[in-house]
Amino acid sequence: MKVDLSWIDYCIMIIYFIFVLGIGWFLRKYMKNANAFLEAGRSIPAWVAGLAFISTNLGALEVMGMCGSGMKYGMLQTHFYWIGAIPAMIFLALFMMPFYYGSKARSVPEFLKLRFDEKTRALNAILFAVMTILASGISMYALAILMEKVLGWDYNLSLWISALIVLGYTYLGGLSSAIYNEVLQFFIIVIGLLPLVFLSLTDVGGWGGLKDGLAPIAQAGGYAPDTWTTTWKYTANITQNPMGVEWFGILFGLGFVLSFGYWCTNFLIVQRAFAAESKIAARRVPLIGALPKMFIPFLIIVPGIIALVLFKDPSKNFVLPLDTSGKPIYDYTIIMLLKQYLPAGVLGLGITALLASFMSGMAGNVSAFNTVWTYDIYQSYIRKRTNNPEADDRHYLNVGRVATVAGVLLSIASAYIASKFGNIMDFLQTIFSMINAPLFAVIFLGMFWKRTTGHAAFTGLLIGFLVALMHHGLTAPVGATTLFKGGWLGHIHTYPVEMAQNFWTAIIAFSVSTVLTVGLSLITQQKKTVAELTGLVYSLTPHEVDKDMPWHKKPAGLAIIVGVICIVLSIIFW
Amino acid sequence: MVDIRIPIGLMFSILGVLITIFGVFTASDSEMYQKSLGVNVNIIMGIIMLIFGLSMLFFARRKKK
Repeated sequence: MKVDLSWIDYCIMIIYFIFVLGIGWFLRKYMKNANAFLEAGRSIPAWVAGLAFISTNLGALEVMGMCGSGMKYGMLQTHFYWIGAIPAMIFLALFMMPFYYGSKARSVPEFLKLRFDEKTRALNAILFAVMTILASGISMYALAILMEKVLGWDYNLSLWISALIVLGYTYLGGLSSAIYNEVLQFFIIVIGLLPLVFLSLTDVGGWGGLKDGLAPIAQAGGYAPDTWTTTWKYTANITQNPMGVEWFGILFGLGFVLSFGYWCTNFLIVQRAFAAESKIAARRVPLIGALPKMFIPFLIIVPGIIALVLFKDPSKNFVLPLDTSGKPIYDYTIIMLLKQYLPAGVLGLGITALLASFMSGMAGNVSAFNTVWTYDIYQSYIRKRTNNPEADDRHYLNVGRVATVAGVLLSIASAYIASKFGNIMDFLQTIFSMINAPLFAVIFLGMFWKRTTGHAAFTGLLIGFLVALMHHGLTAPVGATTLFKGGWLGHIHTYPVEMAQNFWTAIIAFSVSTVLTVGLSLITQQKKTVAELTGLVYSLTPHEVDKDMPWHKKPAGLAIIVGVICIVLSIIFW
Repeated sequence: MVDIRIPIGLMFSILGVLITIFGVFTASDSEMYQKSLGVNVNIIMGIIMLIFGLSMLFFARRKKK
């Protein structure tokens, strides 16, 4: 099962390492103040921020997970892109970015403070900081264990080396370095995985051959022959598709609540647009990112679908490692495909692509963590209690640097915890994914309804999160063997699959949070004045008028282009 | 501050040349390329990367003038 790498493969990896560190080294001289280090001086061109925007999301867990899910669910998995990410990105660009960028907030928690109050910010900042560290630890663990099992690298060595390289370039060049490297990493991921897509597709006889190969497999599982190559066709009923979800759950749970929660309120992602050089650039960022984003499924989901055909055809000699209970480990699909098709040379490129995806995700976590820590926790609460509450900028630059080092070290620590207690980490990750849905409800109401009050937002956020937690505690997917999957409070409902449970957790959290925030806003007093809310709330802000530019450069025009391509893709793969 | 196209262009040009040369030297090794269905992917990907790298450098240069 081991993959042997030759000198050329290591050569490619080393050249890549030199360049990522080199970019950080080159940028170090610009890091003169906290603003440059933590916010990239708000000077990043739209196309760079746009690619960084999707690259930071294209972390190792995303690449490994999407490929494995492609094998499990087929083209249904593209819902995470075409109905999930894209509409949310369009909404963020057109309707939310003017307020985010215009507010001059340096982070999402800070926006909450400007729009609502201090306690809402504190709640979000603390949850976000913890979640970010855990997420980066989990992806570090996933990468190191993959490299250990498949390449035979020492677990500790690959963990420390990959973490220290990320630390190196984020420490030297701050957010700018993270963003510039994410662009480089984006191209490495695409080019590194490209030969895999073409070779694997050729091997199964093209798209037609793939469909023919999948038909008997789908029928053996009790599904229609084209289930794996369609997206919406078999979503009328949960029993018709392997994902176990129906169109409503996809549309509302994934398309609306989960995706809008993730793409519109997750600071890790939104920070890339905050760093853009101007308001118009910031509004273009999510749309520029959406263009390549729509085609990522062909790069990582389609090879996973092909892997299913290979897996069931003994003559192809395609193996997946098995876990202790004898089930294939789907997350290893991508690396086993690399092994299957790529000879020395391009194999090194493919492995480098996986390392690049890991680094882009982790650098995103670290650069979001250090900003939230420095501005929203340290400056707001810790510094305020000292004798000298207003420290100079130099001081915050140093705090940012220390937070970067601490962030990486804490990630490493959580990677070791994950390697000891994998289940608990999965569980914590599930729990933290529950903060996005209420957060979206609250920010959405805050931006579009001037009546929304701070007390209401805080309560909505907290109770929405607790209700999500309870829902997870009271329900479980079929065949759940551990309480980490749910049902740790009792058992009132069973979902056919875990995915459905996740969708419904988000839907319920969002609904509860919305109802509570609206209700409490009506009975509590608005403490913010109209002047304070101008620029933060839709009805109190002058609307953007985009003149003097061709239509395809206007955010609305770009949104139409993105929307049309996305609809065409959905129809082709209906 | 810095034009990211320059490091991207440089890196892909260097990797492109390296992988192309490696592909040329291993072209006779049909056993090695059995994996990739008999296609010498190193030469193909090497050339694609070189073209991509050079065009990044070209666009970065053109903007400066």
